Amino acid sequence: MNSKLRILYNGIIAENPTFVLMLGMCPTLGTTGSAMTGMSMGLATMGVLICSNVVISLIKNLVPAKVRIPAYIVVIATFVSVLQLLMEAYLPALNAMLGIFIPLIVVNCILLGRAEAFASRNGVVDSCLDGIGIGLGFTVALTILGSVRELLGTGRIFGLEIYPESFGSLIFVLAPGAFIALGLLIALFTKLRTKEA
Amino acid sequence: MKSTLVNMVLSLGIITIIAAALLAGVYTTTKEPISAAQLNKQVEAIKAVTPAFDNDPVSEAIEITPEGESTPLKVFPAKMGGQLVGAAVESYSSQGFSGDIKLIYGFDADGNITGYAVMQHAETPGLGAKMDEWFRSPEGHRSVIGLNPATSNLTVSKDGGDVDAITAATITSRAFLDALTRAASAFAQLSAQK
Amino acid sequence: MLEYISIIITAIFVNNIVFAQFLGICPFIGVSRKLSSAAGMGAAVTFVMVLATAVTWLLQDLVLNPFGLGFMQTIVFILVIAALVQMLEIILKKIAPALYSALGVFLPLITTNCAVLGVAILVVRNGLNLGESLVYAFATAIGFTMAISIFAGIREQLARTDVPAAMRGVPIALICAGLLAMAFMGFSGIKIG
Repeated sequence: MNSKLRILYNGIIAENPTFVLMLGMCPTLGTTGSAMTGMSMGLATMGVLICSNVVISLIKNLVPAKVRIPAYIVVIATFVSVLQLLMEAYLPALNAMLGIFIPLIVVNCILLGRAEAFASRNGVVDSCLDGIGIGLGFTVALTILGSVRELLGTGRIFGLEIYPESFGSLIFVLAPGAFIALGLLIALFTKLRTKEA
Repeated sequence: MKSTLVNMVLSLGIITIIAAALLAGVYTTTKEPISAAQLNKQVEAIKAVTPAFDNDPVSEAIEITPEGESTPLKVFPAKMGGQLVGAAVESYSSQGFSGDIKLIYGFDADGNITGYAVMQHAETPGLGAKMDEWFRSPEGHRSVIGLNPATSNLTVSKDGGDVDAITAATITSRAFLDALTRAASAFAQLSAQK
Repeated sequence: MLEYISIIITAIFVNNIVFAQFLGICPFIGVSRKLSSAAGMGAAVTFVMVLATAVTWLLQDLVLNPFGLGFMQTIVFILVIAALVQMLEIILKKIAPALYSALGVFLPLITTNCAVLGVAILVVRNGLNLGESLVYAFATAIGFTMAISIFAGIREQLARTDVPAAMRGVPIALICAGLLAMAFMGFSGIKIG
């Protein structure tokens, strides 16, 4: 496989941040009450991740090793704040739905983890691809989890009715269902991956 | 790069300054859209619940304290050609399942309920959100639209009232009607003043 | 007084930070294999959460709000928390070596614990005053400690249970957490005062 494609594949499947690395659990559980909110959270995180990966790989040789973590945190926090302001201005409804999880992107282990493990050691193009790959992996995972919860809870996916709502089990939209659905999905993913290998 | 004190302080300082400058820039450009978005949400809600109007209810808003209470409610009068045709009342209830709920209710000049919009709630997800559709649904005795607080008993049928509660969410329904009664009482004062 | 009791009960049981608000999940899953380390993490979080909330609340009130710098909130708060954790590590090492050896290993993990930043932002968003904020932070941390301790107790038993290969480790732990969250739902709707 082409090395650039490899980076993308790595992020989406082999090192899927949710199902394999199990990072960024808080937004994963907290924003997947529906497919729509899950996907939006994934895309928001992906946007910040791509920007921070690019900037960090650009400045990696200019920052002394001992202060690199605080420097990375400042870079990530800046992009998170920019995102927060833009969402407040142009997507107020979505911003209200995702609430506190938007500023909390800053403490999402995925971002600092990719900065440290990838962007600080690779070139700009590869870091950007890594951001896209990992970001897509996260978005796909959140969308799947959101769809499963929405379907089991309300009989809908992205608001589209699959079966009548009265057959749904509301618990999947509530907090306990988040934990249970994620646990089952990770088990399923592990099963499929071990079979493949 | 080597980690000497000077270049550590210098590099962190530069990064922070660039970050702050960038943020300040974004902040100034988004400042107006943000306040417009907030205002818009309120205006949209008022438009959705009241009869058509041609004034600016937000700038003409007044505060009215319902009888026997201490917290005033915001009332947005809707006028057509200077004539009061109704109003939107921003009301709340602390009887919800978890936390306060905030809604905007609309009334026409005769005091009939013309609409409502849920502004904020922390009810159980999935159940609380049903508020948005339930009380305008034509099925059974769900709808409050068109009812007049002066002639209808705005409590859930379980408590002997005229309105069906949301299935499995009686507490949320009671809170909804509690906020509605509060809004109606404020509106009654407004129409009594005129 | 009743207000404070209400805040405490709500933060610990009704709106538990882990089971109802989904904050602090990483340490909740990561450091809950043994009861002793779970309790240690809980203590460290309590310490940092109260301190961080006090500092960030004052910063918000005395610096960010008067100068209209509210948009810098995220960046300032996370830096303050990171610096605070570093300082705490150095100070504890010097003046309380016993406490340091108990909590030390958990401290670096706390910077990226979203519960700490989450609480700091939540108290500002909800407009609590300084006293209420501190009580809320403390009670939330107690709720976290309780959640992670109960969970560690369950996982110690779980380790000896024969579960299907794909379910081993995190998946089965998540499902147990779901069942615990269901138990905590029993507290919802409780109101005081």
